[in-house]
Amino acid sequence: MAVVVLPRSLVVLFSGADRRVTADGTTVGELIDALDRRWPGLRDRLCDQGPTLREFINVYVDGQPADLGSAVAPGCTVHILPAVAGG
Amino acid sequence: MTEQLLILIGTKKGAFILAGDPAGRDRLDRWRLRGPLCAGWPINHFRQDWATGALLAGGGSPFYGAAVWRSDDLGANWTHSSEGLTYGDDGPAMRSVWHVEPVGNTLYAGVEPAGLFRSTDGGASWEHVQGLRNHPSRSTWQPGNGGLICHTILAHPTDPARMWVAISAVGCFATEDGGSTWEARNRGVRADFLPDPHPETGQCVHKMVAAAGVPDRLFQQNHCGTYRSDDAGRTWICLDEGLPSTFGFPILGHPRDPDTVFTIPLNGDDRGRYVPEARLAVWRTTDRGAHWTALRNGLPDSDAYVGILREAMTNDDLDPFGLYFGTSTGQLFASADEGGSWRRIADLLPPITSLETALIDA
Repeated sequence: MAVVVLPRSLVVLFSGADRRVTADGTTVGELIDALDRRWPGLRDRLCDQGPTLREFINVYVDGQPADLGSAVAPGCTVHILPAVAGG
Repeated sequence: MTEQLLILIGTKKGAFILAGDPAGRDRLDRWRLRGPLCAGWPINHFRQDWATGALLAGGGSPFYGAAVWRSDDLGANWTHSSEGLTYGDDGPAMRSVWHVEPVGNTLYAGVEPAGLFRSTDGGASWEHVQGLRNHPSRSTWQPGNGGLICHTILAHPTDPARMWVAISAVGCFATEDGGSTWEARNRGVRADFLPDPHPETGQCVHKMVAAAGVPDRLFQQNHCGTYRSDDAGRTWICLDEGLPSTFGFPILGHPRDPDTVFTIPLNGDDRGRYVPEARLAVWRTTDRGAHWTALRNGLPDSDAYVGILREAMTNDDLDPFGLYFGTSTGQLFASADEGGSWRRIADLLPPITSLETALIDA
């Protein structure tokens, strides 16, 4: 079980979603799949085809930059953050 | 039962709704603004599905991708979906939705990179209409300044097999077999920015409309002129004479008169892309483009360094009908007398990308 910290701009898209949630998975991709089962469509907001993380979505596992294949150990904290972009 | 007029506004920073009494539609103090909706996403097109009453918004977040938003309670609650809005793992990434068109019980979406999708479940899921991107010209498709976007979807009013789309900077395409195959229809439309100014495809169509009650008569505002076709797009006639420039984005048909069209020329692609001489005007023809008249009563007549984007002009269905246009700097102007006089009814909005209207029971 990992703690996943979601950005406000993502949480507002899904009724019932919280900024700080827990999910099961051994990789970042599996965590996102678990979140998608609770909030259908969430994976599409974070991932492009491939699948890969979207260009302006950054993920950190215990503070280290990560991608969909990065390992997630039990008790990890995973931050999902939109990049500094836009205007 | 009283009626309320809604102006549905798509902007670079979310959708907005102006709600007001139809009798005061050109009065600044008669409108109430609601928004930003759709989580503040850039919205390229915001409209009502007349069949269901649902509000639909197409756009794309730079962070979270493309989606079509839907509200069944006039904007109080929203869902969004991009299920099926994909070219597959080997295809290009989907960037945004640029136009949503209800046709019977089916919704169509024009997207960036250019392509066409349809939904038979109200926008919950989407299916690629592959025939358009199977056109042999596809390897040559190039983006315009706004991207490689399918921004116009025109359904034939009586023949469900027939449809036109327009893509920047590729041109007009038509299908007569329900979307399986498409034909490029750009003969007579210039592409002044190419070595060959008359290619089969490569024209930068900015917006296209069908004449009321005459579905094979089309008008288009292009990067390189204003045009009419009387043969379903197979050939096009240039209508530039009498207009102040060959460049602009929106074009709008009269809701009942097939000879009348409105456009808002800008000064040119390399001259700043604002209204000519910084004087705002909507230009109208009542004779299929033979002559043009500037409608500028009440509009700023100097120092108006504004542009108007492709979806940012619309009408209502009242009689006389109202006209509305929004600027890329957030002003919204309205006419309650078919363009005869104008007033500003909103300001300080984000850049306005689209306008549509809806008349509802209050």
